[in-house]
Amino acid sequence: MTNIFFENVRIIDPASKRDSLGTLTVENGLIRALDSKEPPPNAQRIDGKGAVLCPGLVDMRVAIGEPGFEYRESIKSGALAAVAGGITTLAILPNTSPAIDDPALVHFIKARAEETGIISIHPYGALTRGCNGTEMAELGLLHDAGAVAFTDGTRAISDAKQMRNLLAYSSFLNTLIIQHPEEPSLAKGACATAGARAVRMGLPQVPAAAEAIMIARDIRLAEMTNARLHFAHVSTAEGLDLIRQAKAKGLKITCDTAPPYFSMTEEDIGDFRTYAKLSPPLRNETDRLAVCQALADGTIDAVASDHAPADADDKRLPFAQARAGGTGLVTLLSVTLGAGLPLIDALRLITSAPAQLLNLEAGTLAVGKEADLCLFDPEQTWVVKSGELLGRAQNTPFDRQELKGRVLKTFRRGKEVFTAQGIA
Amino acid sequence: MLERSFLPRHLLGIEGLTADQIVPFLDLAESYVLLSRSRSAPRDALRGQTVINLFFEDSTRTRTSFELAGKRLGADVINMTVATSSVNKGETLLDTASTLNAMRCDLLVVRHAQSGAPALLSQKVEASVINAGDGTHEHPTQALLDALTIRRRLGRLNDLTITICGDIGHSRVARSNIHLLSTMGNSIRLVGPPTLLPSTMAQLGNVSLYSDMDEAVRGADVVMSLRLQKERMGAGLIPSTREYFRFFGLDKRRLGLAAPNALVMHPGPMNRGVEISSDVADSDQSVISEQVEMGVAIRMAVLDRLSRARMSP
Repeated sequence: MTNIFFENVRIIDPASKRDSLGTLTVENGLIRALDSKEPPPNAQRIDGKGAVLCPGLVDMRVAIGEPGFEYRESIKSGALAAVAGGITTLAILPNTSPAIDDPALVHFIKARAEETGIISIHPYGALTRGCNGTEMAELGLLHDAGAVAFTDGTRAISDAKQMRNLLAYSSFLNTLIIQHPEEPSLAKGACATAGARAVRMGLPQVPAAAEAIMIARDIRLAEMTNARLHFAHVSTAEGLDLIRQAKAKGLKITCDTAPPYFSMTEEDIGDFRTYAKLSPPLRNETDRLAVCQALADGTIDAVASDHAPADADDKRLPFAQARAGGTGLVTLLSVTLGAGLPLIDALRLITSAPAQLLNLEAGTLAVGKEADLCLFDPEQTWVVKSGELLGRAQNTPFDRQELKGRVLKTFRRGKEVFTAQGIA
Repeated sequence: MLERSFLPRHLLGIEGLTADQIVPFLDLAESYVLLSRSRSAPRDALRGQTVINLFFEDSTRTRTSFELAGKRLGADVINMTVATSSVNKGETLLDTASTLNAMRCDLLVVRHAQSGAPALLSQKVEASVINAGDGTHEHPTQALLDALTIRRRLGRLNDLTITICGDIGHSRVARSNIHLLSTMGNSIRLVGPPTLLPSTMAQLGNVSLYSDMDEAVRGADVVMSLRLQKERMGAGLIPSTREYFRFFGLDKRRLGLAAPNALVMHPGPMNRGVEISSDVADSDQSVISEQVEMGVAIRMAVLDRLSRARMSP
């Protein structure tokens, strides 16, 4: 196994609050030393030329089409897209076909991930069998098999009593229950946030309050059961205020958001642009600013790509019929860097913070840990081009946008798994 | 040159059009009213061109209106009615586009139950696309024909108070009319039960929202009643048609609150006794039949202008 000596790099490790120039030594796939003066014998020397070296990114919300929808994205194609975005660890949603509701399927996903040799994948277990929202899945057995937390993916648990039971039951596992916070009966059939844009376009609408209604209910249930409850892709000012209040009360409530919700608004659906049809739908400018504020004040615990692959036939449909979701693996770093936060704080949201939420040994540059690394140039710009991204799915909502911050190289367990084109 | 610069390739909606882009459609349609009535005038503006009426939703009235318009201008008109059950997948929609491209049609009139479907097709076909109603989005030729009717009857299309009544939230007719009539400088009142008139409609521009029909109609120059779809009851949006008529139906008493000789309009087909009473629908103030006639003239104008836009270098 190649030993590597990174020099002339700005090392940023949010877990240890380090942000300074130095060197980093990799031996046998592990981080062996920081700031060593001399490289180990036979080491490959990499001159970072002042670029940033940070932990490989940890993406806590990714949909992959395998098993069942490999035409959208397979584990292998998703892994290629991930490392192109500097991501070395993924947590993937269980609403596949079949759903990840059986321990054998957890083993299957982990084995398929290892076959790629370039990424670590931790599947979520289904909260309910088949992610159908009716019968509780075998949470304990799934947890033993390696399910990193539990969710029904893009489906909210609508029945309050069932949610209470799930929260109460899961508390002995000390793992997150992740809710898609959208009151389903209000959201049924809708494809855009109720507001000026959707009214003009004549699109079926869901009020932004559908998110807050579900969050309010579930916070109360989490309080009753003392469970760890996490809200995914939170996108509204009202929802974030409820989470802020719950945290202030000391409840075990956490949340994440996804890049579109702090960088885009409902206006970006433009002329029926289905690549910008997301779940939850894009919100208004007030909500977008509230998400930015919540990132800055710590209400939002992590940023996840919310990668949702779709193929051309899923998206080349009238807006209301098109599949919701956008890809996000390749753009996660760049868009997050553009959130207006200090660099180290932005990186924390996509490295150590999600790792800690999921109890993963990842997202840090501590000596002795696996050398999962991302080398990037925070100043370099690039243009997102659908059709030219790594990975199978190309449905990026950021198509044709210029982003700042480019991944140069990605390493997993000390092995180079991605190099940007044009980089030696 | 000025005229040419105003010519759009497609007519997908009214939103975004300026008064300078709207008025030429009305002016040209005026001349076609006479041509349409005459049996001897030359009718060759579209000779050699193919118009396809591609209807994914039933609409005998609109389809017939476009068919007559095309034929009166000498075009070859073909009707394709596609059962919605077989086009739930968008590949079929785009496969249809590919077929039409192969057939080299010139003008494509599209009706579809999904908002944005004509816009999607317009990106994939060589022909000029005319939106003949898409979901709850827009119905631009209906708004143009309504505007023509108002202009002919009242002599102007500005500084009027126009009340639109009924199921505004689900109405593409209302949206296109709001855009057009606002752009032309009119005051728009929208009235309906709150379940059919969401507060977000206030963001459409120069509109005022009402839930009291009497207040909304008082002093109006035009009262436009919209068709109530039966499924709104099943969806729990209104309790019954008789209650709807009691609070939001246009009857003789309410019409009496409007300006003297106010116009009564309806895009049809009407539910008599639900959104409008028969005596109002058939009264001297009703221009509902005239709307239908203006529909043919407007569609002739739209086909003609878009055809010219295609011919422009």
